[in-house]
Amino acid sequence: MAKQNRRDFFKTTALLGAGITGLSSKPAKAAPENILSEDRMGVLVDTTVCVGCRNCEWACKNAHDLPAGNIEDYADRSVYEKMRRPNDKALTVVNEYKNPTNVSLPYDVKVQCMHCDHPACVSACIVGAFSKQENGTVLWDTDMCIGCRYCMVACPFQIPAFEYEEALSPDIKKCDFCFDRTKEGKLPACIEICPVEALTYGPRTELIKIARERIKRNPERYVDHIYGEYEVGGTAWMYLSGVEFEKLDFPKLPQNPAPGVSESIQHGIFAYFVPPVSLYALLGGLMWITKKRDEKEKV
Amino acid sequence: MEHVNAEPVLTKKFWTPGVMILAVIAVNGIVFLLGRFLFGMGAVTNLDNQFPWGLWIGVDVAAGVALAAGGFTTAALGHVMHRERYHAVVRPALLTAMLGYTFVAFGVFVDIGRYYFIWHPLVMWNGNSALFEVGICVMIYLTVLYIEFLPVVTERFIGKVKLPGFISKFNKPVDSLLRVLDRGLSKTMFIFIIAGVVLSSLHQSSLGTLMVIAGSKMHPLWQTPVLPLLFLLSAIAVGFPMVIFESLIASRSFGLKPEMDVLSRLGNMVAPILGIYLAAKIGDMFIRETFVYLGEVTTESVMFTIEVVVGVIIPLRMFLSRTVLKSPTLIFIAAALVVFGVFINRVNNFIVAYTPPYASHSYFPSFGEISVTAGCVALLVLAYRFIVMNFPVVSGHDKKHTPKTKYAIRGTGK
Repeated sequence: MAKQNRRDFFKTTALLGAGITGLSSKPAKAAPENILSEDRMGVLVDTTVCVGCRNCEWACKNAHDLPAGNIEDYADRSVYEKMRRPNDKALTVVNEYKNPTNVSLPYDVKVQCMHCDHPACVSACIVGAFSKQENGTVLWDTDMCIGCRYCMVACPFQIPAFEYEEALSPDIKKCDFCFDRTKEGKLPACIEICPVEALTYGPRTELIKIARERIKRNPERYVDHIYGEYEVGGTAWMYLSGVEFEKLDFPKLPQNPAPGVSESIQHGIFAYFVPPVSLYALLGGLMWITKKRDEKEKV
Repeated sequence: MEHVNAEPVLTKKFWTPGVMILAVIAVNGIVFLLGRFLFGMGAVTNLDNQFPWGLWIGVDVAAGVALAAGGFTTAALGHVMHRERYHAVVRPALLTAMLGYTFVAFGVFVDIGRYYFIWHPLVMWNGNSALFEVGICVMIYLTVLYIEFLPVVTERFIGKVKLPGFISKFNKPVDSLLRVLDRGLSKTMFIFIIAGVVLSSLHQSSLGTLMVIAGSKMHPLWQTPVLPLLFLLSAIAVGFPMVIFESLIASRSFGLKPEMDVLSRLGNMVAPILGIYLAAKIGDMFIRETFVYLGEVTTESVMFTIEVVVGVIIPLRMFLSRTVLKSPTLIFIAAALVVFGVFINRVNNFIVAYTPPYASHSYFPSFGEISVTAGCVALLVLAYRFIVMNFPVVSGHDKKHTPKTKYAIRGTGK
């Protein structure tokens, strides 16, 4: 799929989609219907500022009633020898990468749910347990989830984690943007605790302006790319970096929303139930005609 | 009442050495199944946050749905197109589909974390989700399959209801209930038969849509927007080979004469359908220029080559040959290759092609996962054997008459 641009992709989709349904359909709208408030919130993560103190990891666990331990233990930097990923016991983790130009200033990358504007998990979830909230949060509802883990298959950042050891009611675990805290006007726990202000919380549109400004002022410090501004249609969490983002293990992603193609296929096959109903009618007609023919032959 | 040739097979004993082995495999599977329900998914499977779907979804569900396609393709041929000479294989195919989908539903039940919420999709709808479409269609289709099978039950028991002991006084009411059902069904069966074909076409293709959302996480050899079309075509292509495959196994196992006249005719139709599927698959490969990935030797390229060459091209060539169509052994091999091809295709799509971005190791199913799957397949075969021995499903004792099933004729709404 590498060399195909969005338009070509839709052309083939529509062409062959029409083949499937037997109807010439226009490509369905790519974007899922979400409330995308103009003043939805976001976070700008500056990986050149982050010192890797991992206080955010501790604060996050505390805010989500996960066993957190002592904050002093988080000063142990030996964890950086291995890349870690968020899981059901840690909704955010920090990884460290070497700075090729300055060994004493490594890049530290905080990883958590990106809170996409057009989330694949919201589109994929069989029961609609995921939702995009007006303030930008992508939220998971414990009472609906059946534990099918399709959200994990769908997520382009491979973020949702599953409680595999839980026999009775395993949860899907991921950063919830501290929804309960922000509702009360508080800051997300990781942002509140950050000692170096590597994390900036604010309206997404403002953050993009701030990020542009920083890149413009310090072109030697940053690459000219705000990761998350356009990736998979935009994410609430955005990153600045001094090296190419692929070197920091960010996936290289297209600009079209992750669920776009699957949704247009899905809606093409159904298209107001016209294709299934016409197929039903067609088969019914066929059945009737062949039956008549059979009766004639018998007589 | 019409004369029906299908009869319960009463000639053989249920317990044979092969059946014993199947029972052992089934019990082993049940033990691991208990482990999954008592100690969680993590205790039995090799799944993790990088590989959320494994053997149970790839084989029990995806391959299971595909291989149960014999039900809707033969129903379309026998009932919708009124090709009466194929009626001998309609009931066995229906039974396989019914058991196959039960197995699929059970596979889903085992694989989802909160199995007791399996009914949620019935009330919590997300029309954007391909999985929702698959789930709903499979649920309705499973119901339709049970309804389609009911005539076999009424036929078996009408006038023969013999309840044991004190509940024997219900003999009469049960008998009249069956008669009412039978009459109602013969008038309405055509609705269900068409519904079955439509529902199958829908969810067979939506099964293909399922992995599209994984985007770049899926290997380009398989990731394509035409996956739904490829899935539908391959499901149709595997329908008749699966019927041939099972029919020959069943006739051998029960010591019946293989229905070669019907099977050869069915086999005759396989090559064109397989050809269309192959053309779509190769065409897609050239449009997206993914053949470049075949130049390097990776697990993906090897699996893709096996899938296409062994699973499509070789059987396609075989089904074109008259010698193959006439020989029980050769047509069995050809049919088995198609079955293998579609099986591998589903495994490839759901397991091999899926390459998560941060995986530190690759996924291979655990012994527990394999045990559960093997156990379920064993139970499926045992159930098939039990039903065939006790219900009028298989015909073919009497080769002089064209075998007909009863409801097929009545079921088309006179």
